[in-house]
This record gives sequence, structure tokens and C-alpha cells, in this order.
Amino acid sequence: MAADMRLPTIRKQVSLSSSLSALDGKDLVVPGDVITSDTGFMRGHGTYMDEEKLTASVAGEVERVNKLICVRPLKTRFNGEVGDVVVGRITEVQQKRWKVETNSRLDSVLLLSSVNLPGGELVSGMDSIYLGIRKCEVQSVFSDGALSLHTRSLKYGKLGQGVLVQLSPSLIKRQKTHFHNLPCGASIILGNNGFVWLYPTPGHQDEEAGGYYTSLEPVSLSDREVISRLRNCLLALGAHKVLLYDTSVLYCYESSLPHQIKDILKPEVMEEIVMMTRQKLVELEG
Amino acid sequence: MAGLELLSDQGYRLDGRKATELRKVHARMGLFAQVDGSAYIEQGNTKALAVVYGSHEDRAARLHDRAVINCQYSMATFSTAERKRRPHGDRKSTEMSLHLKQTFEAAVLTNLYPRSQIDIYVKILQSDGGNYSACVNAATLAVIDAGIPMRDYVCACTAGFVDETPLADLCHAEESGGGTSLALALLPRGGHIDHLETLMEAAMTACKGVSKVLDEVVRQHLQEVSALTGE
Repeated sequence: MAADMRLPTIRKQVSLSSSLSALDGKDLVVPGDVITSDTGFMRGHGTYMDEEKLTASVAGEVERVNKLICVRPLKTRFNGEVGDVVVGRITEVQQKRWKVETNSRLDSVLLLSSVNLPGGELVSGMDSIYLGIRKCEVQSVFSDGALSLHTRSLKYGKLGQGVLVQLSPSLIKRQKTHFHNLPCGASIILGNNGFVWLYPTPGHQDEEAGGYYTSLEPVSLSDREVISRLRNCLLALGAHKVLLYDTSVLYCYESSLPHQIKDILKPEVMEEIVMMTRQKLVELEG
Repeated sequence: MAGLELLSDQGYRLDGRKATELRKVHARMGLFAQVDGSAYIEQGNTKALAVVYGSHEDRAARLHDRAVINCQYSMATFSTAERKRRPHGDRKSTEMSLHLKQTFEAAVLTNLYPRSQIDIYVKILQSDGGNYSACVNAATLAVIDAGIPMRDYVCACTAGFVDETPLADLCHAEESGGGTSLALALLPRGGHIDHLETLMEAAMTACKGVSKVLDEVVRQHLQEVSALTGE
């Protein structure tokens, strides 16, 4: 069987010429750069005070909101805020809570009192079989930065069959809703923490089960192909640092249709698909 | 020995540099997708690769108010002229790992991440002098790539002394040539380099004090022994 091998080379950054003008308005700083000596500003994330001078502590873009200055780094672990939707994997089961891995600085905590069982009952400490991957909402942030999650509404809960794609949290665009049913035949959940869950669009009868009923019926081949193609598209978009939201994922899917699913991850095919996606997105805005 | 002088009469070193010239530095960040931060640096022929796993939960929960920084320094088996038997775990590597840890504990704002752990792994792919400096520089870039807040860059370089002339950025032949060498890591904008002067003075005063004590011991011993044998 023939295997495809290639030598490592520097990957070309795919960008349209118009995107270079987007750099003009940005204020880029590196650690140690003095942002301002004016004491009237409050300091936010990514900065520290060094003898009356507000100094950057990460490499990134300066954001000024009224009197608050913070620096957003290019790449960071997930810093959750109240109301964010995350997809996490249960890593540990303790007495009254579960530890959830969400690609953030500390493992997040899911209290058992915040989990819904079918029929609306609450989970007691004895049950330990509900492991797996779940979608939850951030309820609050502890003082050391750990997140407290809950799955109180019917929309949240354990996820059934599907594919998890792990990407950087900075690539997920903040939107009003994170659950999308794509017209190509699959559904996607874009967690704010960079974990994306792809699954076949459920039929109507699953909606009432309260998010607990996990369908173990076999998924059809066409659905599987759609999901595989979407997964490879997500990886291609992630590799070229394209902001992810339902429109960009859909355009990428459409641009990739002429190629075979397994070819999407080849560097030259990735470049072509991402280039077409960016062009379509620019046309949409313009 | 003809031909192996570290500094020629015209002021050129073995590789053709002048005394204060640095070697060519080539660096790249963001090489790997799976890790939080990564960087590669080449200083002349010395090549170092650094990888950072940024700020995750510390299972042992060692410090409740700061992050723990965990460093590991290792050399590839093919990095030196003779194949290296023990890439890591030997005394030199452990010492370098400890130096790296102390350096980055001073630079990274660890109090922002209580109960978490930051892992820094550095590997020397080719060793031609200035290993520690290349490691520190690569690790700085990797930490910045991971988005972990730092006070400032941590930059390192070596310097040595030959024939009354200070040389900057020593290569392997110059380091092992038997002359003095100093590896220095500092935060370029910071003021903590000022402590070096006071530290040196304090050490010198202390040494002179010790020499007085040793002097007395020798003289007393002389007196005792000569008193015994002098009869």
C-alpha cells in the first residue's frame, strides 16, 4: 500500500491582500512594553503595574474599553466567563462533584446538584456512571480561576454519538447561540473553550428526552461522511487561524466538496480550500 | 599550538568574528499545534527547541497561591561530537533544569495562577557552546507563544576573557579552551541587574574576612608545631 510522505517545510500563511490593511488599526505589544504612564486607566488581563507604568505582560493586541486597558494574547487557555457555553470531558468523579477538563487553566467543576436526569430528578452522590462528554454552561468563576458549571436547562447534558475536535479558544467567535443545525445534514456545537462537537442532526423524538437519552443506533454512512468532512474542514480552518462560526464552517464545507475527504488535510489542498473560504467571507461582508 | 589561537593578532576569533560580535540568531515560534507554546532557536551552530505546556491543573496542588514551574533540560544524543549516553537525569542536566526553573520563576507572573502548573521542556539538538543561553532564549519565546504573562523577556548570553579582551557569545572551542566564561540571563528592561555589583562587593568582603580567619589558624598551627619540635 502506498504511503504519502513529505519533508517538513514552512507553511505559507494564506491571506488575501486586503487583510493586511486590517493591521493598521491594531496596537500590538510584547511583554515589557509600556502601554501608558497615565494613572487614570484601570488595568485588565495581560498587564501589570511596574512603578506607575502600565506594562504589557503578554504578546498581543491592546484593547481599550473606556478606562479599562487589557492585552489579548494570540493564543491562550480558556478564560471562562459567566454564561459561556463549553464542551468538556469528565476526568474525575468526586463525592459531590465532577471535575471537567475544558482546556482552561484549572479543571472546571460540575456540581452534582446542577445536573439534570431524565424526568427532572437530580443526581445523588452514589451514581458514578454518567461519565463522558457533556455540554454545560458556566455558572460562576471561583477566586482562583476555576469555573463552576451547570447543566440545568434541557439544552445541556451528556452528548451522544459524535466527534470532538479540539481547537484553540481564541478561534471561536462569540455569538448569541452556539448550537447550529447545518444544512449539510449535521449539527455542530461550538464551545467557547475551543472544543467543538459534531453530531448527526437528531430526529424530533430525541428533543423531549431532556438531553440524557443517548441514542446508540448506528449512524448512517452518509451522515458519517458529512461529519468526517466537517471535522477535516475544522482542522484546516484551525491550522490557518480562521475565525470559526457557522457561516465560515459552512463555506469551508462547500469549498471542500470537489476534493476527497482524506485529501483535505494535505497542505496544498488546505490552502486552496481556506483561500476560497476567505474570499467568500469577504464577498459576504462587502 | 599553531592555528588554534582563540584571538588572532588582527582581532579575529576562530570563526571569523570580532570580539564583541554575536553569532547569527534565527528563531521561530509556534511550531507545534498540540502544545500550548513552542519555539526553536539557532545561535550559530547551537540549536535548541523549547516546548511549554501552559498553566494546567496541578494534581499535587503544591502551592495554593502561585503556579509551580516545572523545567526539564535535556540534550539529544546526537547533539555532541560523541554520542551522549544519558540525555537527561545526569547531574549537569539537573543543575541546568534548576537554573531554568529559578530564572523563569522570577520572570513569569506566577501569582496569577494559583494551584496550577506550567511545564517547560527544552532540548538541545546541536551543542556548540552557549547551551544554557540558547535554552533560556528558546524558553522565553515558547512562554510568550503560550500566552503566559511575563514581566519582560529573559535573554541570556555567554561572555569570556582571552588576552585581556572580553569575548561575547562563546562557541564550544572557546568555552572549553580553558579561559574564564560567564553565562548571564537578565530581563533587559528591568533593574535587577544592579544587584550584581553589591553582591560582588559583599562576596569580596566576606572572602577577605574568611582569609583573616584562615591566616590565624595557620599561624597558630605553626606556633604549636614549632614549639613542640623546637626543643
